[in-house]
Amino acid sequence: MNMDAIKAGIKEALALVEDAKQLADFWAKYFGKGGEIQKLMAGIKKVPNEEKKAYGQAVNEVKVLAQELYDAKKVEIEKKAMLARYEAETLDVTLPASGNGAGNLHPLTCIKNEIIDVFAGMGFDIFEGPEIEDDDHNFTRLNVLKDHPSRDMQDTFWLTDELLLRTHTSPGQIRVMDNQAPPIKVLVPGKVFRSDSDATHSPMFSQMEGLVVDEHITLCDLQGMLDQFVKALFSGEVKTRLRPSYFPFTEPSVEVDVSCFKCGGKGCSLCKGTGWIEVLGGGIVNNKVLENCNVDPDKYSGLAFGIGIERIAMLKYGINHMGKLFENDIEFLKQFKA
Amino acid sequence: MKVLYSWLKEYVDIDIEPKELESKLFSVGFEVEGMEYLGENLEKVVVGQITSMEKYEGTHLQICHVNCGPMGEDHLILTGATNVFVGAKVPAALVGAKLPCGLDIQPRKMVDMISYGMLCSGEEMNLNKDWYPGADVNGIMILAEDAPLGMEMRDYLELDDYLFDISITANRPDCHSVIGIAKEIAAALKKPFKAPDMSYVEDGTINENISVEVLDKETCPRYLGHYIYDVKYTESPLWMKRRLIAVGHNAINAMVDVTNYVLVEIGQPMHAFDLNDLEGSSIVVRRATEGEKLTTLDEKERVLNTNNLLICDKVKAVGLAGVMGGLNSEIKETTTEVLFESAKFLRDSVRKTARGLGLQSDAASRFEKGIDEYTVECGMARALNLVQKLGIAKVSSSHFDVSGGASTEKRVINVQTAKVNDVLGIEVPEKDMVEILEALQFEVELKDGVLTLAVPRYRDDVETYQDIAEEVIREYGYDKVVPTFLDAAKVTSGGLNAYQAKELAVKEYLCNQGYYEIQTIAMTAKNEFDMFLIPEDAEERKVVELLNPITENLSIMRTIMAPSMVRVIENNIKNGHEEMRFFEMANVYLPKALPLTEAPVEKKMLCLGSCGASEDFFSMKGTLESFAGANDLTFTYKRGNVAYLHPGRTAEVYCKGQKIGHFGQLRYEIVDNMNIAGGKKADTKIFIAEIDYSVLAGLFKSGIKYVPESGFAGNSRDISLLIGKEVECGSIVDAITACDELITKVTLFDLFESEKLGADKKSMAFNIKLASAEKDVTDAMTDEVIAKVLKALETQFSAQMRA
Repeated sequence: MNMDAIKAGIKEALALVEDAKQLADFWAKYFGKGGEIQKLMAGIKKVPNEEKKAYGQAVNEVKVLAQELYDAKKVEIEKKAMLARYEAETLDVTLPASGNGAGNLHPLTCIKNEIIDVFAGMGFDIFEGPEIEDDDHNFTRLNVLKDHPSRDMQDTFWLTDELLLRTHTSPGQIRVMDNQAPPIKVLVPGKVFRSDSDATHSPMFSQMEGLVVDEHITLCDLQGMLDQFVKALFSGEVKTRLRPSYFPFTEPSVEVDVSCFKCGGKGCSLCKGTGWIEVLGGGIVNNKVLENCNVDPDKYSGLAFGIGIERIAMLKYGINHMGKLFENDIEFLKQFKA
Repeated sequence: MKVLYSWLKEYVDIDIEPKELESKLFSVGFEVEGMEYLGENLEKVVVGQITSMEKYEGTHLQICHVNCGPMGEDHLILTGATNVFVGAKVPAALVGAKLPCGLDIQPRKMVDMISYGMLCSGEEMNLNKDWYPGADVNGIMILAEDAPLGMEMRDYLELDDYLFDISITANRPDCHSVIGIAKEIAAALKKPFKAPDMSYVEDGTINENISVEVLDKETCPRYLGHYIYDVKYTESPLWMKRRLIAVGHNAINAMVDVTNYVLVEIGQPMHAFDLNDLEGSSIVVRRATEGEKLTTLDEKERVLNTNNLLICDKVKAVGLAGVMGGLNSEIKETTTEVLFESAKFLRDSVRKTARGLGLQSDAASRFEKGIDEYTVECGMARALNLVQKLGIAKVSSSHFDVSGGASTEKRVINVQTAKVNDVLGIEVPEKDMVEILEALQFEVELKDGVLTLAVPRYRDDVETYQDIAEEVIREYGYDKVVPTFLDAAKVTSGGLNAYQAKELAVKEYLCNQGYYEIQTIAMTAKNEFDMFLIPEDAEERKVVELLNPITENLSIMRTIMAPSMVRVIENNIKNGHEEMRFFEMANVYLPKALPLTEAPVEKKMLCLGSCGASEDFFSMKGTLESFAGANDLTFTYKRGNVAYLHPGRTAEVYCKGQKIGHFGQLRYEIVDNMNIAGGKKADTKIFIAEIDYSVLAGLFKSGIKYVPESGFAGNSRDISLLIGKEVECGSIVDAITACDELITKVTLFDLFESEKLGADKKSMAFNIKLASAEKDVTDAMTDEVIAKVLKALETQFSAQMRA
């Protein structure tokens, strides 16, 4: 037997193998039952004894070689098959994705959350009162007396002689003070209602009331605290300005303006050339309100403020019409991803 | 409040420019909402005199030579007007002039000549006859002979003036007057306030016949009357007319103009009755009887009720107190004797009468803000002063003063200066406090840190040290406040509580599921229920109604969330959007009883809405399932019935045995009625879920506790069933689960129907997981359980095991 010829034959046969099927055929032909290797092994019987050892070694060499070549071929073919699979499974990765993407919170919720974050850091709790209130909480105990013209400051939706849609979040002050002794630091966010509807008014809008009641609270504290707030909400450059105003539930009452964050106070279209933008109202809690809630005004004093969420949202995001906030067009909403 | 700069200057020496005055007023609490220059766009229009005039042959024009004195003695100006004559003084708009009507005057070719200017009509200068007599003639405005040549018309017509429109806060009714504002300016500028002349001389005449009686002193706590006679029916002088016109009144006749002048200047609504029309020469102030009638000055007959306070004579009503006089006693040419009225009527009474009758007047809006008795006195005095000054009547000695008994002394309050500084947080020196309060017309005494203050009688708003603190700081300057950051306040912990934090987390989870948060108005229209096919007798129709809605569309408080969600989807479709997922968390309002006796329940709802090619019933169910999974809750579903949802595609959602809401596809009838393109309607499928968040919020788990895994081997088995098409998956899962407590989870993994199976059959394959906390689940145990399952399914649903 010419082992070299056999070896050459094996090499030749494997060189022709291109896929898993042909490889299996090769295996069957050489290593299978009655295959070439077995035949060679069987041939040892006819070999003279003294040559048996050499013959055995030669056959073994063939077997090892065949195995080695087979293994190498197998790896090669598997690799090729994998490549082919990858090729076949190649995608246009720029095709659109499935799934719905992500939505986001309404801009009014974003602003509300931002304000809450700032004041929560100062130790404020959050209280939410009812949207349908009575005259007592919404007006009378806030020192907005029945025949007083200050009632006309807020166009009220009435449900009965006594019940109404709250016109501000200030009744939250009463509800908190009824249930909690000072020290009090609380925010009252919520929807409020007034019979008013135009470019800058909606019959429903949102406010955020703030109340601090403790010993020795002063007007300086109101400004100092609001300074921190507007810096956090708008920018570190923004300053506040207090000017006199009137609310029945605070005395003194102030309007709080911030220096225009668009022009830095030089005057622009946003601040109507004044350099200042009105953002909220507040003041020192009127002693009559404290008394109405059984808080001793000789011991405690308070500050309160009310923020219009829509106004802040419009200012901060540059929204020009309040109606947009309640239209809920998806292209509009999409812009308020944090 | 509209007020003229020049009028203010009469009572305080204002030595700053109008623009500065605006910011000064602003800093003490009076926002100037508008400032208008009366001579705006009237420039280089001067007094001229026509020195010669000739007709321009072949045209309708006159060629005039106009002498404008220092502004040039010979201007050649052509005019088409026919009322000019040689010697006439006229307003001449010279080259470069501007006119309020928008004209810019340039040399202008008229036929073959050039006109170097224009002679003006009153209309071209925006004037009426009350501002300048003759301003209304059709032609050139002819000026008085003494008009100084070359003078700017702006100056000649007293238009070099500013009209301020000042916003007045509700606590300062006294500032709805020229003198109120003047006093504030005086204090702000640290200048003296020069009160208007209120002196008059009574001539000793007494009219014995007149009587004044007030029957309702509660509503009319003060009534002053004064008899004047020899009344001249005439026009008021130009200066008075101009001031009235500038602030928005019409000039009527001298007597009425005086009352209006006093209203603006002093802030006191006055009335003048023709005494001849007062039966028995008497005034009786009383409530109207039900159904009583009065024709007011606006010539409308008013039907009254007992809430309306009337001014009457012995037999009839002659005026609606504080609102409007009666036509039957107005000032007219024949009037010779007048009874002046200056009174205080309660603001609430005036407001109710004015609103009830839908009748607004300057007097009513002034009374609604509140009148004090000091102003009542000043008003009468000033009116008598003016009458005497103008010589339009004689002032008698018949004066009537009916009072409800309120003191005419100033109130005195004591305020500790330390308390004032406690409010402000800064140390305002006592000396400054005294100066400020004196400038604001308080009488001040300071002793041992206590201010004893006699409060001006028109300052009903000042009662406490807090009020004084405000007076002090607005004059001392808010810029002197030194910001402090709650230095004295106790440290508190804050932030969202667990409920609030969870609510935010829920919203954020939904955002991550592709939902956009929306916010819609809580009010809706009653007919929304019809559009949403809600039955007549349904609970949802029991609503909280607004007594005074702005529109029918926003007249009730919503009891369901779906309509506003659907409207938002409708709008988005209309705007061309195709794929959308929205959620809203808001209250619905459910009355406990109707008519409303107590506040209704405010129930917080979570509403989801979706629409688009990739949305269907199961995508919404998927959202609910993943939401439940994310919160470690299990939701179960039952076929449901909701008026506005597809009868075959509606599910009720349960959690821990409680119904928490429903979801499904919106009925096609509702889509058909939507305001979207017809072609889109057939394909539009809208999915809505309404979850009662107030219930759901109570089902969230309150903390995480780790339970170690059992460590025992579980088992798993698939079964495939042939079963009737009508059998619902949920009931099969329930039936399987009920078979043995080893069964922990049943999952449908294959479902198909085919002709081969038969028209009324389907094939369903379930994976059943088994586990125990006490032992391994062996194959033998599993076989036993599966046998039980198959038996149960066969019994309950005639289900057969498929090979």
